Amino acid sequence: MSSVQADKQTEEPLDLIRYQLDETVLVKLRGAREMKGKLQGYDSHCNMVLSDAKEYIYNETGEPIVKDCEMVFIRGDSVILISPIS
Amino acid sequence: MSEDKVKTGPSVFLSEILGQQVKVKLNNGVTYLGNLNSIDGYMNIVMDSTSEHVNGEDFVKTYGDVFIRGNNVLYISQV
Repeated sequence: MSSVQADKQTEEPLDLIRYQLDETVLVKLRGAREMKGKLQGYDSHCNMVLSDAKEYIYNETGEPIVKDCEMVFIRGDSVILISPIS
Repeated sequence: MSEDKVKTGPSVFLSEILGQQVKVKLNNGVTYLGNLNSIDGYMNIVMDSTSEHVNGEDFVKTYGDVFIRGNNVLYISQV
């Protein structure tokens, strides 16, 4: 059973994040927030460090509040989704 | 003995749907439709050609590749 899985799947989900090191990513966070920035590092908890980051805080009034940050650490437990930005 | 009756366990199902079109619903109610690339023991998921849906069918946004952290996953279904 586990060998079947090993045959079909040579890559783990966290490998996708490894490919994004030094690239710009979008991170969707709890509390209707998003961060865009260059991925400097991560670990298995999805703790991440982004550089030249922009934080987008969404509220009911439409336009998000945008905050800039040169270097930021994100605690993994607030991460919902990570996606590369082309 | 009871194992004979089990046709599909969770890990069997998940390995069968690798590479197929799936629907992933998160605890916050958002749904993602896409092609399942990989999954691990935490239920961390990677999908490609993904679309994001809020409130059932309302189409919101598309992503290329998407990594979803496992703790947010409510269910994964074959479509």
